[in-house]
Amino acid sequence: MAGQSDPHLSIFSASEVEFLAEDETMEIVPNMRMDALHMICGDFGPFFPQIATKVPLWLAVTLKKRGKCTIRPPEWMSVEKLTQVLEAERESPREFQPLPFHYVEISRLLFDHARDDIPEIYMVRSLIEDIRDVRFHKVESGLETISARTHAVKLKNLSVMEVNIVRPFIVRALQAFYKHDSPEMIPQPDATGDRRPPVANRGPRRDLRPR
Amino acid sequence: MASRSEEAFWTEEDAQSLAETTDVELLKRAWRNEKAAPEILTFQANLVQRSREQIQLLTDHLCACLPACNHSMKLEIMKYLFLGHVWIYVNGVQEETVEELSGNASDDLIISLYQMDLDRTLFLLRSYLRVRLQKIEKYMLHISKTQLWNRLSEQEQKFAEKCTDIMEKHLQQSVLARLPYGYQSILKQSISSEEDDMVPEPQLDTFIFCKSKGSVGAFQLDDTGDEIVDLVADDLYVLRYKSIKGLVEGGQIDLV
Repeated sequence: MAGQSDPHLSIFSASEVEFLAEDETMEIVPNMRMDALHMICGDFGPFFPQIATKVPLWLAVTLKKRGKCTIRPPEWMSVEKLTQVLEAERESPREFQPLPFHYVEISRLLFDHARDDIPEIYMVRSLIEDIRDVRFHKVESGLETISARTHAVKLKNLSVMEVNIVRPFIVRALQAFYKHDSPEMIPQPDATGDRRPPVANRGPRRDLRPR
Repeated sequence: MASRSEEAFWTEEDAQSLAETTDVELLKRAWRNEKAAPEILTFQANLVQRSREQIQLLTDHLCACLPACNHSMKLEIMKYLFLGHVWIYVNGVQEETVEELSGNASDDLIISLYQMDLDRTLFLLRSYLRVRLQKIEKYMLHISKTQLWNRLSEQEQKFAEKCTDIMEKHLQQSVLARLPYGYQSILKQSISSEEDDMVPEPQLDTFIFCKSKGSVGAFQLDDTGDEIVDLVADDLYVLRYKSIKGLVEGGQIDLV
């Protein structure tokens, strides 16, 4: 039955992340007249031809599919803005540029459903791909700095999709360091004779906990 | 339409948060937190109740608008709402927008848009309840003997009780009854175990991704105090769940 994605708690599937992104606000220009919509997720409209209005992305895409509107691509999705972001992204090896939290999914949905509304779509598309690659490379090189002393990792401006991709790895890496590190931090008074008591002490307790 | 019914269900404590955002937003946040947190969080009773009212209201409107949508289809939609919870049917639902909807030429479009809105909210609600049920199934023994029990809704408590009964019976019959004396407890490895060491517990020291909503300020990560993080608004961090537990419960931080 629908409604649940994967057996692992706490990890979002790609489609669930897309679902979340579909609530982001988007500007559309309708070509028909329609009364205001009073929905559970908010009130939108009324819609008049040629008058721009704001709706969630899912609504924009639905209307677009039916040929009822054009979507105005968000400001950050212009060649100019993206070129700036890409440059800045390349210049600062340790920081991520501020992009919308859902930039991967928003751009993907717009490329799929509103290609004729995006000026210079091929350029925009390849810029976003480049930005993704640069950012991902940074995440990967950042992972090398994780060590036993890492209690927190700061990833300011990382987007949801990126979080979702690196989540399993980062969590397990940190977990592994934490697990192997703790016995040393906890004083073990009776651990003098045997060389392996920390493992023996922590082992049985841990085994019972599902990972 | 749907939003008009809310007012009656506002309580003091959520009036403020409601002013800022819609129920769908709140439900989404609850869903994300619940999905990302290793342990079960407090049941959002008022929020779920309100969401149900709105879903019910919209379902009624849609059914009134769609001649094809007969009673059995309506029941179909209602069935989704159960999910281990007792549906409280609200009488006296006003159907004021029916004329608005059916009088319009772009009827089909509007109805399908409302249908999508309904589906999205239903998905959120179902998924939220289901994530909780999954957690309860996994940690029922642990939940029932700790404070976590109070975080469940009444129906969830019933579910947990039944689930525990069935599981106990099953383990007794299939394995435990055949083990030698001293090894027959469902909670302990053997009679010599001092604590209940066969109860699965959520791993609270796991790492989670979180985003701060407002500025939280300097925050101490561990008891020893040598790890301090300055949480500024919109920062994204990977932290140990245990250390930010309080902030999640207090709503100062969101899990992603």
